[in-house]
Amino acid sequence: MSRFPTLALALLLAVTLPVTAETPKEAAPNAENPEIEQRLVRLGEDLRCLVCQNESLAGSKAELAEDLRREIRQQMKAGKSDAEVIDYLTARYGDFVLYRPPFKPVTYLLWLGPLVFLGGGGLAWYLTLRRRRAAAAEPPDAQKLAAAARLLKEDQ
Amino acid sequence: MKRWLPLVAFLVLVGFFAKGLFLNPREVPSPLIDRPAPAFALPLVGNDAASFSPADMRGKVWLLNVWAPWCVSCRQEHPVLMQIAQGGRVPIVGLNWKDRDRESAMLLARAGSPYLAVAEDLDGRVGIDYGVTGTPETYVIDREGIVRMKHIGPISPDVWKEKLEPKLKELGA
Repeated sequence: MSRFPTLALALLLAVTLPVTAETPKEAAPNAENPEIEQRLVRLGEDLRCLVCQNESLAGSKAELAEDLRREIRQQMKAGKSDAEVIDYLTARYGDFVLYRPPFKPVTYLLWLGPLVFLGGGGLAWYLTLRRRRAAAAEPPDAQKLAAAARLLKEDQ
Repeated sequence: MKRWLPLVAFLVLVGFFAKGLFLNPREVPSPLIDRPAPAFALPLVGNDAASFSPADMRGKVWLLNVWAPWCVSCRQEHPVLMQIAQGGRVPIVGLNWKDRDRESAMLLARAGSPYLAVAEDLDGRVGIDYGVTGTPETYVIDREGIVRMKHIGPISPDVWKEKLEPKLKELGA
């Protein structure tokens, strides 16, 4: 009864052992210049693929992304800096390629908006507190106190 | 008044979101508008010996239509382009984008060509210079060689009537 599973296990080991026995090798780098490739990936993470707009330029398989990576690779080989590559792209595709929008007049609201909201909220909070504190600090009205005392007495 | 403030703020936000919801994410504003059209020199489809350069069109208002034989919406706009070409109001130059199978000459011979000339951009480099993200895209270029408008997507009769034609009128074509 228990013979069959043992046999199956032995068979399984026999089949899989030769495969696992082979020593694994490190994958060979598939780019001729790994250093440029690394720079490309790092830069491309912050850039938008214009075809699949929610993918980065580094990760997209779209044909245009491949073409753009080819161009960037070439420019890096020619010794262009990251900033020059970004200028090259924004001159053609606009700030839309940048996942991190630059700080300039059209984006002031975008960058400063949260601060404005925070400031507005803080101001409203401060004003409310101040008004409440002023109300609490007011000396109690003698007439009202007398009225309250009278009411309390009536209840008793 | 004070009580209504949160509601007003909420409605303003709703306004922004509604506007954002109805924007077309494909309509990326082109940084090329009001800048000189990038120069290039490319061989013509069907005649590798001849070449086209935007400088050849100086003094004319013209359309640069980026298309490809493998592009479905380009076929959709083809009859509209044919009509524009027949109207004779504005010359259309084609930029044949990444046609690796070299099918465009055959296709144009069969379906008719609305183009004055078709430049062959095999590796898509000129397309990148113009900020092309897909086909079809059409640029309106004025007499001085300045890009005045970019239309993304096929030209429908409505787009022609409401967007391109008024622009051409403004540019004196």
